[in-house]
Amino acid sequence: MSVASATDMSAAAAGPASLRLMSAARWRWYEFLFWGIAVACGLSTLAPALGFTVPVIPTKLMLMSEILILGLLALSIDLTLGYAGLVTLGQGAFFGIGAYTAGLMAKYGAGVAPLSDPLLGLLGAGLAAGVVGFATSFLVLRGSDLTRLMVTLGVALIVEELVNKLKDITGGTDGLQGVMSSSVLGIWDFDLYGYTAFWYALGITFLCFWFCRRLVNSPFGYSLRAIKGNALRARAIGMPVNARLIQVYTLSAFIAGVAGGLLAQTTQFASPDMVAFHRSADSLLMVIFGGAGHLYGGLIGAAIFRVMQDFLSNITPQYWLFWVGIVLILLVLFVRNGVIGLMMAASQKYIAKVPPKSGALK
Amino acid sequence: MQRRTVVAGLAGSAFAATFAGGIQIAAAQEVVKIGLIATLTGPQAASGRQKVAGARLFMAQHGNKVAGKTIELIVKDDTGVADQTRRIAQELIVNDKVAFLAGFSLTPLALAVAPVITQAKVPAIIMTAGTSVITERSPYFVRVSFTLPQQTVPLAEWAAKNGVKTAVSLVSDYGPGIDTQDAFKQRLEERGGKVVEQIKAPLANPEFAPFLQRAKDLKPDALLLFVPAPTAGSLMRQVVDRDLAGAGIKVIGTGDITDDDQLNSMGDAVIGLITSHFYSAAHDSPLNKKFVAEFKQANPNMRPNFIGVSGYDGMYAMYEALKKTDGKTDGTALVEAMKGMKWESPRGMMSIDPATRDVIQDVYIRKVEKKDGELYNIEFDVVKDVKDPLHK
Repeated sequence: MSVASATDMSAAAAGPASLRLMSAARWRWYEFLFWGIAVACGLSTLAPALGFTVPVIPTKLMLMSEILILGLLALSIDLTLGYAGLVTLGQGAFFGIGAYTAGLMAKYGAGVAPLSDPLLGLLGAGLAAGVVGFATSFLVLRGSDLTRLMVTLGVALIVEELVNKLKDITGGTDGLQGVMSSSVLGIWDFDLYGYTAFWYALGITFLCFWFCRRLVNSPFGYSLRAIKGNALRARAIGMPVNARLIQVYTLSAFIAGVAGGLLAQTTQFASPDMVAFHRSADSLLMVIFGGAGHLYGGLIGAAIFRVMQDFLSNITPQYWLFWVGIVLILLVLFVRNGVIGLMMAASQKYIAKVPPKSGALK
Repeated sequence: MQRRTVVAGLAGSAFAATFAGGIQIAAAQEVVKIGLIATLTGPQAASGRQKVAGARLFMAQHGNKVAGKTIELIVKDDTGVADQTRRIAQELIVNDKVAFLAGFSLTPLALAVAPVITQAKVPAIIMTAGTSVITERSPYFVRVSFTLPQQTVPLAEWAAKNGVKTAVSLVSDYGPGIDTQDAFKQRLEERGGKVVEQIKAPLANPEFAPFLQRAKDLKPDALLLFVPAPTAGSLMRQVVDRDLAGAGIKVIGTGDITDDDQLNSMGDAVIGLITSHFYSAAHDSPLNKKFVAEFKQANPNMRPNFIGVSGYDGMYAMYEALKKTDGKTDGTALVEAMKGMKWESPRGMMSIDPATRDVIQDVYIRKVEKKDGELYNIEFDVVKDVKDPLHK
């Protein structure tokens, strides 16, 4: 794609606008803090083995891996929803395609050296999802938000039904059994404690995040925001609106596929739940929960959403859904732009008191 | 004091133990934990409620002390989603160091944990999931519930004896459903009958009307039904609506479709329905009368069904295994202890096949009748000591 060359061009053409773009792309302290916490969460699980305990963070590596994977899925939605303004209820389809592709590659590639490699499996998962994403992106170009919701939902339902019906390949409702993931880079086996799964998921998630971050701070990313702001005007100033939307939708499908592949590899199976409607709906919810259009929203949303679920369902295994519902209603009623919106509002109050050193956030 | 030793030992081996070591369950611990993974929310929620109630009842009756250890039951909700079941199983093993896992309301959920329990060497007691193949997927599975072929073959025998020449089967399209239709077809055709068509309905879909209409149009002597018990209510309402009996079609099925927990809400239209199953709340034994009475007392508005009794029996098997190992929680020893175990359950006599770790039990042919103002499955015929016919 033209993304890389466009970034280079902007760096070459020095000027106030490009300087501003570059300063917006700079890594900030709170971003280091965020990823630092993620790494610390992983390290904290080693603490008991070293003879001390960390009271706050629970040693739940599997849950944390799942949060990272769901966060990555939410990130892919944030790319389309938060930046390009495309509403989608069908991201679960790409997630599922990725999961089954990686699962099948691990199952039938077991022993065949290159095929069974997890990283290659992820690439395969992403590509498979990306191809389907590209093919269906033309449908998404048509119509408004409501039509898009229906179309993406329809695609997801078709994929779900295919998974259910193609029993010989997918294992139908019983799920894909016998997925044997090879060791990552030939060194780290997937262990019962979930150490490999966590660091592997963290690495891949960060890699995808870093790529997306570069992307949204490039001219390509700004053109997406322009399209979200006003597609008609964007077209009028010569922006290839349809091409941009197809590109971002395909890319988002690719990332969702990688997330699905991660889940299949770390849990060693794939089931129709992975393409189910609740998968798409939950991930959309996570983005809204965290705050769309900041890339971090999906990750934060996934973390809070899953930790809350885990916490509540441990307290009351039968009625926890009720409390999740209450929290969601309160959040939608009283918090604009999700958790990130809340944090930004808080920091704005703080900034108002302390005179700013340089330019504000944007 | 003990804790300090454990900590020091762990610190000594630090990284090596963490990365290279398998699962170590501190042998000296006084608490034995059992992780019960039940489906407590979503469409299969009824199954989870029964299981938990059954397990809790057993603990209320028999106390929480076994072989000098205190039993702690940890209940988790997996929402009926397989990757959650697997994650919860892994966490229970790694974080809570459970000695047993139990539960598993659907076949896919049980299959998903197979690699985990094999790796961790932790026994998993299946309290519901009924596909034959599950126990073959890990040497640490022990089943106290049932398998579908085990229920279906006696029913096919009964049907052949009672003049059923042609039949149609309608099952949920997943493991147990396929097992049911295949076992039924094989046995009925061995006895000279014929299965005209095997219809499969999606598991997630509660709409059976088109499938039932198709079955009705084929005009068989009998229609065999299987769906997971929590879905049975909506299936039976649609069966009644279609008036299959009026069209001369005998509706038969495994006991899942006349689940004790929901039978009363299905209405008088199901009176006379013939099913085969291993448990009925109306089973005539002193042990069962006590079980039903105390179950109802502890859980108003509920009647124990086959899942409840499996939760109860699962706890029995785990208690007895711990007694045999003298409180030791080595997974392999616990599984060995359960092999060949034989006891009287509220359902009747049952045992664990030492070769397959699957349940051997009596299967009853029952008819829905009204007794004391309530609908019950009344047992009128029995096949003793039925093994799962699909295991080699």
